[in-house]
Amino acid sequence: MRMLRARELDRAARSWQGPYRPYDIVKEGVIALGAVTVIVVIAAILFSSPDVRPSTIAQWASQMPLNFVQTATEELDYTSHLAKYGPPYDHGKSSVQHIAFIHLQEWLGISHPIDTAEAYVIEPLRRIPADPALTAALSQYLRAPGATRKRWALAYAAALGQAREAPAAEGAHALIVPQGPYGPIATMMASLLADAKSGGLDGALLTSGDFYQTDYTKPLLFLADGGLLEARAGHEHLLGTQWGMMNETGSYPGQVWLWLYTFWYQIEPFKSSSNADAYAMGIMLLLSLALLLIPFIPGLRDIPRALPLYRLIWRAHYRSQEQQPAGLQPRS
Amino acid sequence: MLGSIINLNQPAHYLHWHFIDLSPANLTVVIVMLVVFALAILLPFPGARSAERLPAVRASAPQGAPAPGTAPGSWTGRLRELALRSLPPERLLPDSQPAYVASWIYVFGVLTLSALAVVVASGVVLALKGPAWWHETGIGHFFNSVHLWAVELFFFVMVVHLWGKFFMAAWRGGRARTWMSGVVIFLVAIGTAFTGYLSQQNFDSQWISTQAKDAMNSMGIGAFFNVTNFGQMYSYHVILLPAAVLAIVVAHILLVRRHGVVPPLPGRGSAR
Repeated sequence: MRMLRARELDRAARSWQGPYRPYDIVKEGVIALGAVTVIVVIAAILFSSPDVRPSTIAQWASQMPLNFVQTATEELDYTSHLAKYGPPYDHGKSSVQHIAFIHLQEWLGISHPIDTAEAYVIEPLRRIPADPALTAALSQYLRAPGATRKRWALAYAAALGQAREAPAAEGAHALIVPQGPYGPIATMMASLLADAKSGGLDGALLTSGDFYQTDYTKPLLFLADGGLLEARAGHEHLLGTQWGMMNETGSYPGQVWLWLYTFWYQIEPFKSSSNADAYAMGIMLLLSLALLLIPFIPGLRDIPRALPLYRLIWRAHYRSQEQQPAGLQPRS
Repeated sequence: MLGSIINLNQPAHYLHWHFIDLSPANLTVVIVMLVVFALAILLPFPGARSAERLPAVRASAPQGAPAPGTAPGSWTGRLRELALRSLPPERLLPDSQPAYVASWIYVFGVLTLSALAVVVASGVVLALKGPAWWHETGIGHFFNSVHLWAVELFFFVMVVHLWGKFFMAAWRGGRARTWMSGVVIFLVAIGTAFTGYLSQQNFDSQWISTQAKDAMNSMGIGAFFNVTNFGQMYSYHVILLPAAVLAIVVAHILLVRRHGVVPPLPGRGSAR
């Protein structure tokens, strides 16, 4: 019965046999374009636009040397978030998500391979010229068996737990690490920290062997493993737990249209799920599909008829219908 | 650099209510959107009650007659005839419309189109000068501001347009493709804006890319759509996705012109 009603309504709306009124589509378009342009230009003059400077690895190493060295040690030891992430970067498992039996992340495989120790520590250290102590330390580290490297890294990580940052010049901090049985790692990390503070690591991570460069995957993922980006994002209210997806730096409106997408991250069971991203994406795909197919979904397509808003929109039309003799009413 | 008259670069004071956490700016946008939607429906439309109405005969637009002189079997001639049959000039550029089209809510389609025009125009200027220009010059920053506010306005009026079309059940009468193409524009536009945020080369881009990668990777999309690759995102933002939006917008407009504006739902007193 309901299907029949929907079909009737559909047929009745195919063409309009009633009265027309004069309309100038070109004039309407020109006026609309003019009005929009004026509004936008006024908004641009009044409010400008946000442009918060990006973070650099040099800033990170200078302002948070302990966090930098801890992160670099984890990259060297393959215990960092990125080293354990999984596809598309490595063989880890910690960030692999799925929906029921659909394991798209695993199925698509490793398309952007990153060996965290090689990319973030060993290769940048190899590029530092004329440092015999570093060359010897690096050589000692690379010749050592895996178990020894692991022992050094664990000892160094423990020492970092006792390390402290001392204020240095211009907001930078020096790192003081207690002595310990961590082999050549202290020398390696001291060189890496100095290189990073000088900006050398920013350049080294961007170099892909070619002159031109447009892919920032390596430095961005390294920065994301550290604490600087997150600290800044928290200050700007951009964290996932702060509905950050729809926020903007400063007091600007952000991507308000993402409110429903970010909403799923704020409620259980998604909030604490290890598959939260996949679930949020899956739900939004389904909802987008439902929005697309509303004309064919009984119940959803009947909502407008159930709500009286259309009577307000077409109130002039209904009023004119009521004023006309029954026989003269247009057939829609 | 051109300064702003009202400084929005200072930290916002967020509003908390249970698990909801909203910035005043976002809340303002949502409230203004609802108010504008309500006003568009409620405010009297000029001429809605006007006695000046054209006869119903204007409704039946003449079908495109075969043009004289078309060579038999000519592919060009057939295409032209098909185009004229589907969309005669008086429908493509009408000088009349059904009398029921008398509400401010109808204005939001053309406003969306106008905002898109400003988005594209300001985007073209930014693209002409390259991605670093707007960080380095005042005029570049101004065009970036125009681009940003045009995008905000574009989504604002597009959503009000979508609400209006939903509550009119505008897919009736063979107009499902018009509705669907509109929804696709909305979704592709979200992707276009997203890649724009990733192409800014500032802290926003760093944070959004390193967060969004998890969502992309979780569905396997990250394997071929790398949000931390600036070059790839810039290509998507300045050519691939805008071209897709514009192509679907053209299709959407042609569908609107071909099928016309959906007639009203049966009102009180109509046969049910």
